Amino acid sequence: MNAVIEFGPLLLQGLWVTILVTVLGALLTIVVAFAAGLSGLSKHWWLRVPSSIFVEFFRGSGLLVQMFWFFYALPFLGIQLTPLMAGVLALGLNEGAYAAEVVRGTIRSRPKGQTEAAIALGMSPSLRMRRILLPQSFPSMLPAFGNVMVDLLKNTSLVSLVTVSDLTWRAFTARTVTGATLELFLTILVLYYLLSLLLGWLTRWLEKKYALDRKSLAKARPLKNLVGGVSA
Amino acid sequence: MSPHTDTLRTLNSKGAPSDVEISFTNVSKAWGSNQVLRGLNFEVAPGEKVSIIGPSGSGKTTILRILMTLETPDEGLVTVGGDVLWDAKRGVKNKETKQTIATRRKVGMVFQQFNLFPHMTVLENVIEAPIHVLGISKQEANERAVDLLELVGLKDHMKHTPPELSGGQQQRVAIARALAMRPRVMLFDEPTSALDPELIGEVLNVIRRLATTTDMTMLMVTHEMRFAQEISDRVVMFDKGVVVEAGPPEQLFKNPQQERTQQFLKAVNPY
Amino acid sequence: MSIWDSEFAISIIPVLLHGFWITIQITFWSFLISLAVGLVVSVIRFLKIPIVSRLGDFYVSFIRGTPLLVQAYIAYFVLPSFGLVYDALPTGIVVLGLNYSAYTAEVYRAGIEQLPKGQWEASRALSLPPARTWFRIVVPQAVRPIIPVLGNYLIMMFKDSAILSSITILELLGTALQIGSNYYRYLEPITIIGLMYLAISFPCSLLIRRLERRFVPTH
Repeated sequence: MNAVIEFGPLLLQGLWVTILVTVLGALLTIVVAFAAGLSGLSKHWWLRVPSSIFVEFFRGSGLLVQMFWFFYALPFLGIQLTPLMAGVLALGLNEGAYAAEVVRGTIRSRPKGQTEAAIALGMSPSLRMRRILLPQSFPSMLPAFGNVMVDLLKNTSLVSLVTVSDLTWRAFTARTVTGATLELFLTILVLYYLLSLLLGWLTRWLEKKYALDRKSLAKARPLKNLVGGVSA
Repeated sequence: MSPHTDTLRTLNSKGAPSDVEISFTNVSKAWGSNQVLRGLNFEVAPGEKVSIIGPSGSGKTTILRILMTLETPDEGLVTVGGDVLWDAKRGVKNKETKQTIATRRKVGMVFQQFNLFPHMTVLENVIEAPIHVLGISKQEANERAVDLLELVGLKDHMKHTPPELSGGQQQRVAIARALAMRPRVMLFDEPTSALDPELIGEVLNVIRRLATTTDMTMLMVTHEMRFAQEISDRVVMFDKGVVVEAGPPEQLFKNPQQERTQQFLKAVNPY
Repeated sequence: MSIWDSEFAISIIPVLLHGFWITIQITFWSFLISLAVGLVVSVIRFLKIPIVSRLGDFYVSFIRGTPLLVQAYIAYFVLPSFGLVYDALPTGIVVLGLNYSAYTAEVYRAGIEQLPKGQWEASRALSLPPARTWFRIVVPQAVRPIIPVLGNYLIMMFKDSAILSSITILELLGTALQIGSNYYRYLEPITIIGLMYLAISFPCSLLIRRLERRFVPTH
């Protein structure tokens, strides 16, 4: 355990980098998920087809291969990415491709009646998506999105292989110095585990908060004269 | 009420006389090998209340859905208030063209499954389209909504969400929501078929009030025969995609001329 | 030098194919291990034996919540210090298999739980002994919907096998990286293997989707 205490500060630095990579990766994942997911729902083939190709390509070719490609192969095309950029880019595109299917599937599975009611009220396609379909789909997306994020967290350990000094990298280098492999790796395993539990709790909290059949505010607050003053 | 004359400019040679609110001319629609509508010719006068009855699969719901641009006719011409909604001959078949959007605004619809927006409160459901589609101010939309909710008897439930309401309450909200857009034509697609029996009455009461106190054109597909008899100016019996018989309720219900009509009415009303 | 050296690309394909063969072997054996161990774990959890079952729950939760890479490092670096010295390849296969056993255990659990309670009740009403209930009633019905899910995990294992390159196994990715560092040309090897992974994953996932439609009918 001495090794762990001795390398504690460095491990914490690595933990911080892991969290940073997770957050950056998560942001890119969300952007990619909605861009590709919504495109996949479009009635224009020139949006649907590229979205499909993107999703199948990034799901099928493997995250680690993609990461190495961005780090080792891209320079040959004249683009030099820092290790962090290569890692986050691969993570965001890869997990984003999986999450795009979550977005697309959830929205598609909303009852057709919702779209029809919105059409009946004269709403345009973009209005229907923005005001009616997306807000309703959001709570249903949360569990699957949560899974994607936990997957993302675990996969951040792979950035250690492209020289990003995350938690795994710190433990690996500390090990070569001290040889205290078991303690170091067990420690970081526990840290990853705690982080994934945290993500799970966060997801469930969000699910509760945005559930569609939650009790409205009507029971909590007394009704007042609401003409012109309704803002929930 | 006659439509503005400038809206007649896109009509074809047949034109649409000013005493017709809805017209179907030679409209056909097929789903694969199933011919749902065959060369339908059908007109509704302004302010008329029409009930459509008939067995399932007869095409009666398809008529409403075509009017609400939820389905595209394969052939024929459909006009509302003098404006062209669908014109298969001239290729007006895309439901998001400016023309279709403008004409569609004259029509409102109440669905069998209510289809309220679950992520919004009752009030938000009713003000959503007026604000975002008609561009009305939030204040005015709220006022209009409160009045309509009072009309349907649900003002006290303004801040509830749809899952908290009964089926009958949800359907009444759906009616208020459709009315908030001030349509000239109101379509009702089996509005009470998904309701528990004891909740049917409250919804029919609202529809009755609309029928007797407004001059909106109303087109209703229903199985509630007594109700149809009570409020309709005309009843149309549909089967296999064609009009079997049409006429004033007293005549059609008490003295049906066609055998199919007699068959149907007897099956629905065994005594 | 041009950006893409086609001659070079073609010349390395034989070596890459050898790495590919290693990947296939890893995937195959790991999959079998995951199916077997996952079954054992899920049975243990199902039987609700006082302490052991909770350990099983924890095993599943912990393995699913921690990175495969770190698990692989532990197996590769730690085991020798306990006197268990094995080659990298078997070690990698076992690690990958155990990792995915946590997922297959969950799949088995979900498959059993999805069975309508009425099936159990009818069996009891007919006084069927437990073994018959399991073999003739429960398993045949539970198996069908989980086959597509297991198929998906097979594809995932195929791609995750690349992670084992970090513990010196010369599977497809490891081979490509070695070529890259030997010739200092990374573009061709990594691009080619990316396409190879895709060439297997994509058709297989289409097959799985078709299986899903057949095996998971909507009532």
